[in-house]
Amino acid sequence: MSRSEDDIDAQRAAELAARTSYGRLVAYLAASWRDVAAAEDALGEALVSALETWPRAGVPDNPDSWLLAAARRRLIDAARHAKVEAAATPALELLVGQARREGVSDAVFPDERLKLLFVCAHPAIDEAARTPLMLQTVLGLDAARIASAFLVAPATMSQRLVRVKAKIRDAGIRFEVPDSRELPSRIDAVLEAIYAAFGSGWEDIAGSDPRRRGLAEEAVWLGRLVARLLPDAPEALGLLALMLHCEARRPARRDSTGRYVPLDQQDVALWSRKMIDEAEEILADASNAGKPGRFQLEASIQSAHARRTATGRTDWEAIALLYEGLLLCAGTIGARVGHAAALAQARGAGSGLAALDAIPRDSVVTYQPYWALRAHLLKRLGRADEAAQAFARAIGLSEDSAVREFLAGEAAG
Amino acid sequence: MKYTILVYENTADFGARTDAKRKDAYWGAYRAYTKALADAGVMVGGAGLQPPPLATTIRLRDGKRQVQDGPFAETKEQLGGYYVIEVPDLDQALDWAARCPSAATGGVEVRPNLST
Repeated sequence: MSRSEDDIDAQRAAELAARTSYGRLVAYLAASWRDVAAAEDALGEALVSALETWPRAGVPDNPDSWLLAAARRRLIDAARHAKVEAAATPALELLVGQARREGVSDAVFPDERLKLLFVCAHPAIDEAARTPLMLQTVLGLDAARIASAFLVAPATMSQRLVRVKAKIRDAGIRFEVPDSRELPSRIDAVLEAIYAAFGSGWEDIAGSDPRRRGLAEEAVWLGRLVARLLPDAPEALGLLALMLHCEARRPARRDSTGRYVPLDQQDVALWSRKMIDEAEEILADASNAGKPGRFQLEASIQSAHARRTATGRTDWEAIALLYEGLLLCAGTIGARVGHAAALAQARGAGSGLAALDAIPRDSVVTYQPYWALRAHLLKRLGRADEAAQAFARAIGLSEDSAVREFLAGEAAG
Repeated sequence: MKYTILVYENTADFGARTDAKRKDAYWGAYRAYTKALADAGVMVGGAGLQPPPLATTIRLRDGKRQVQDGPFAETKEQLGGYYVIEVPDLDQALDWAARCPSAATGGVEVRPNLST
């Protein structure tokens, strides 16, 4: 094999290890070292040195343990150089001990990612930082990409992540899976953070917020991870089913010319059967536990929409009822607008508008889906002037130019 | 805090302003955006600018006036207008900037205003 092919192989192996094992390695190092930033830095350096070493010496049999050993050496070196403070010494000894016990080539290390997920979504961590932290530590996404997805200046996002990792270290947040008493509320925070990466608003009647679309696949990956690590948590399964149902419709959301297609006009033949079937199976597993919750209900709503592939029609009464259940456990603005949309379909535009009118105006000033739905309902009721105003507001609040064009077309037609 | 949203448009955007087929969509989107800013109570001011060919740039060099026909710099995207908004933080300013129609075609720059 030529030198350059070796290089490419080594590069691929390093990249593959980075992608598939990054989160496991960071989690394992961070759990024993209790310092996420230090673990990431050490692993980053280990990856760089892998790229230098592997083309020369060949790719090791077990790239993960090679990286783990290299990262651990760096952590220990760094700590020694920093004249380790008394508090950090036990962690150092733990690491040195681990390094001695485990051979470099055959180490099988435990999956600590669940602990890392719980740390990322710890109540002491600023809510706005939880999802970005998870994406960075578990998936290895860089701060600039995360910043783009959340529409935050890249420098700001880097600072936030640095600050929050310092807090984890300095506040001594423990790397552990919460006990059964605390578990339900703590799981919610983990799931919320994953769902935030996926992006809400997929199924908003006329507009979907596109800013987080780029992270949908990453969120599904995290959802699968949590569902696997916490098989007895029905809400974790519910979230995964919800995301899969939404992902299944991705190919139908734009027509061949890039125009926006609202849910009720989508061609069901373009929906992914495979993902829908998987989502249905997971949702069925979740409901066996007999503990309904917000994500299971949202998944059930999407499941009801998916029934259109079989029946050719949408049971809006059933959907409105599911939204009522959802409002009891999660009365978000998105859920209230979704409920109004379902009522409008099931019982007429007047019922939908009445439900919209019941939402406090202050909370919807900049909420695009509210104005888009309101505009449609006013148009259907023949209240042209008010409809035009609501359309204008919805257009002005849209980020996606395809959605803007769709609404402009509706307003004119 | 006050932020200025600088709206950079490409040639196609500037062209859309007067193109019979595209001008309704163009002006409609900006009217809607401006109205949304006003309705949300964050609008402080702003202006749309005539296209770059109408720009004249002046530099004083060694006490001499150098008057140049055209914009300050020839770049793919040119300043087409600006909005001044008042919002609590940069995140919210970026939220609004992302909704500006030219964010999807040209680019939008957000800068905090110097406090006066």
